[in-house]
Amino acid sequence: MTRILTHLERLEAEAIHIIREVMAEAKKPVMMYSVGKDSAVLLHLAKKAFYPSPPPFPLLHVDTTWKFKDMYALREKAAQDAGMELIIHQNAEAKERGINPFDHGPLHTDMWKTEGLKQALDLHGFDVAFGGARRDEEKSRAKERIFSFRTASHGWDPKNQRPELWNLYNAKKAKGESIRVFPISNWTELDIWQYIMAENIEIVPLYFAAPRPTYIYEGGLFMADDVDRLEKVMGTRPKITTRSVRFRTLGCFPLTGAVESNASNLSEVIQEMLLTTTSERQGRVIDKDEGGAGMEKKKQEGYF
Amino acid sequence: MNEQTGKEPIYKTEALIAEDIDAYLAQHQNKELLRFITCGSVDDGKSTLIGRLLYDSKMIFEDQLAALEADSKKSGTQGQEIDFALLVDGLAAEREQGITIDVAYRFFATEKRKFIVADTPGHEQYTRNMVTGASTADAAVILVDARKGILVQTRRHSYLAHLLGINNLILAVNKMDLVDFSQETFDGIVSDYRKFAAEIGIERFTAIPISGFRGDNITEAPSSNTPWYVGPALIAHLENIEIAATAAQEKPFRMPVQWVNRPNLDFRGFSGLVSGGTIKPGDPVRIVPSGKNSAVKSIVTLGGLLDEAVAGQSVTITLEDEIDCSRGDVIAAAGDPPEVSDQFESTIVWMSEEALKPGRGYWLKLATQTVSATVQEPKFEINVNTMEHLAAKTLELNAIGVAEVHTDKPIVFEPYTDSTELGGFILVDKITNATVAAGMLHFSLRRADNVHWQPTTITREEHALLKNQTPRVLWFTGLSGSGKSTIANEVEKSLNLMNRHTFLLDGDNVRHGLNKDLGFTEADRIENIRRVGEVAKLMTDAGLIVLTAFISPFRAERKMVREMLPEAEFIEIFVDTPLAVAEERDVKGLYKKARSGKLKNFTGIDSPYESPESPEIRVNTVEMTPAEAAEYIVRQIMPLK
Repeated sequence: MTRILTHLERLEAEAIHIIREVMAEAKKPVMMYSVGKDSAVLLHLAKKAFYPSPPPFPLLHVDTTWKFKDMYALREKAAQDAGMELIIHQNAEAKERGINPFDHGPLHTDMWKTEGLKQALDLHGFDVAFGGARRDEEKSRAKERIFSFRTASHGWDPKNQRPELWNLYNAKKAKGESIRVFPISNWTELDIWQYIMAENIEIVPLYFAAPRPTYIYEGGLFMADDVDRLEKVMGTRPKITTRSVRFRTLGCFPLTGAVESNASNLSEVIQEMLLTTTSERQGRVIDKDEGGAGMEKKKQEGYF
Repeated sequence: MNEQTGKEPIYKTEALIAEDIDAYLAQHQNKELLRFITCGSVDDGKSTLIGRLLYDSKMIFEDQLAALEADSKKSGTQGQEIDFALLVDGLAAEREQGITIDVAYRFFATEKRKFIVADTPGHEQYTRNMVTGASTADAAVILVDARKGILVQTRRHSYLAHLLGINNLILAVNKMDLVDFSQETFDGIVSDYRKFAAEIGIERFTAIPISGFRGDNITEAPSSNTPWYVGPALIAHLENIEIAATAAQEKPFRMPVQWVNRPNLDFRGFSGLVSGGTIKPGDPVRIVPSGKNSAVKSIVTLGGLLDEAVAGQSVTITLEDEIDCSRGDVIAAAGDPPEVSDQFESTIVWMSEEALKPGRGYWLKLATQTVSATVQEPKFEINVNTMEHLAAKTLELNAIGVAEVHTDKPIVFEPYTDSTELGGFILVDKITNATVAAGMLHFSLRRADNVHWQPTTITREEHALLKNQTPRVLWFTGLSGSGKSTIANEVEKSLNLMNRHTFLLDGDNVRHGLNKDLGFTEADRIENIRRVGEVAKLMTDAGLIVLTAFISPFRAERKMVREMLPEAEFIEIFVDTPLAVAEERDVKGLYKKARSGKLKNFTGIDSPYESPESPEIRVNTVEMTPAEAAEYIVRQIMPLK
């Protein structure tokens, strides 16, 4: 009698296998934790991989100080529930120079996230970092390996990737070099949502629709998570309107577009996602600059 | 179910999603997962087909479609119509060049299955990409341009898919719209392919006439353009193919241990991905390679204890007994454990700019085992276009060859055809850390580890005692015509007069019987020596003094025989005769034949002789007569009790 595994069971088994391989072969691994839904799934998979032990590595949040309040709240709770150490890194230089999404455009992402991540990895000497990126998110991701090798300066060379066969991952590297590992590479947005539902994984409430203070900026709909701070940086107080909105992805609140919605529970969110006609990253400003090759360029520079 | 057509809908049904999302989700929690690879030449329309699959399964959103329409006008190759290929050609550099250069993975789903598509390029220099994509695929879609038929590339792709063990091959005859959907054209291509497939051992394949650009026979069959076609649509066929992970449940239980889970002194679990079979608490298991037996106590997961785990699941197992088991070991069905060996015959795909260095140490990773390994000089290279076997000293980038692999310690394995998990390996350069090759193990060159010893009462010591002598193997090595057989014969005569029990194994004689199936290729020479070594060993077990007279040109094999025997029982006797002298003698006329090219692989002429570095005894046949040499040898080996 054979039992046919479902696609979620297969994806889960693959991700757990990858996470354990890293644990067995890395010197000092760390799990990137952005508090988003993909991070929530990744963290849940890490718990499953090592149960009854807690995941034997810390969580790392590269903070920009511009995340939603709800994200900061869940961040602490999730780490505690998993019994894991939480490392928070903020780029001191970005903080000092007051880098923000309004005055500095792409530099905001570069300084806080790209440079911040490199600093954190170097500071703690992490040689392998787990990330929650998926191949279906964006075209250049589709070609990235599960074990993505980075030079000592954290660069990614898409022409010089290691071939990845069967479920054999080559984790060998020279001193100073590091590897980014993406255990949920083969998951789609729908898989993520189905898994969250099946496993009852806690996610940030911002994914569900609720009346929230919003404003329009350069044609996009955003949530005024901290209106005083917005006023300080923008120079004027944005015109706030309460709308029922939710978010398909979460990042810095001034950069993450909200969608008007009434989907207030998981099945309604999935329903909306399945019937929607725009892609997930559309609300994110980060992909759009530098023409069609935004993400690929960022990755070559060391972005996750 | 669509009430009008009575057919199951293929892609997601918007109506159900809108009306009853919970019913839809319940249905979709239980999809299966199938991975396949698409292979085709540059212009076979592969990217267009994948774009079509994504488009038809509504995996393309409006914003992507708008970008696609804009791009199609800018750099598309399909005029003003939507160029699906632009959707899947990812990286900036290749978008400009209009080619795909690496393996990309795409996802789409139907009502029944989620699909992961490995999209790999068809250029010759990228064999490694296709092998990479094929390594995880359950099926391969081989695209052929209906206008061009079976090309060299088609053969190459089919061969590689077959080599990687893909059992489900789909010949997608594309661009049927450009040949007026001609059945004759389709049948001709299928017939050509069938002939070729049989030649390389492909037993079955499914041929489907399609148009990726127009959509014919992709989701529904037959298309109104091909009323003559009686098979399934491409999607329907992909929905019904057997999934390799499911088939693996029928095999004996195997779980390579990844990690030992010890949260506290009371818990000791072994974590891994079940690669074959099924397991239940209470099932007897054996830890390989240690051979220790135990039984499964429990199968532990975060969600609770499991009654059963099957191939494809990642679990943690606890055992009834406290026994040693660590990363690299395999927990296996006690009654049917895998083999252990350190020498293999293997097919190797070279993936690095820097060519294979035979004899150099590489890291070999197989399942969760990492060992140091060397690859011998290839027995042959395979021309992936013609399937011819070519002589090769090394393997260059994208070359495929068959070679022996030796590991520095025994590893647990199964032939690749039985288990991709325990038969597939990668080689990693120890300096650059690059993955330089992928390989598939065929069989062990030493089978002793798989067979258990039956203890016998009369020991080898007692056999020897009865004969009142110390067993020895007097291993004569040297060029053809050096005088090995003559001197060995003299030595045996002397020992016989001294009432010693001896036996002379002669190279020519053995090839009339025991080894008459072997030729003179490097591989056969190695096997010849291995067998002689085994026979000599059995005879020493019986208490005999064994004399062997074989050219035995390779150091590695002489070393192999030395290592089979107890310390000091192997006496290497180098019959040191210069090539010129041996060739001058040419007692059997073989050198003459070899020089004229009538005899291939002749040692000293077109096959190397590796002189012993420190033989126990060396005799110089230029200065000594055979009788003198024999007397010298006998003096050296005395006393023999």
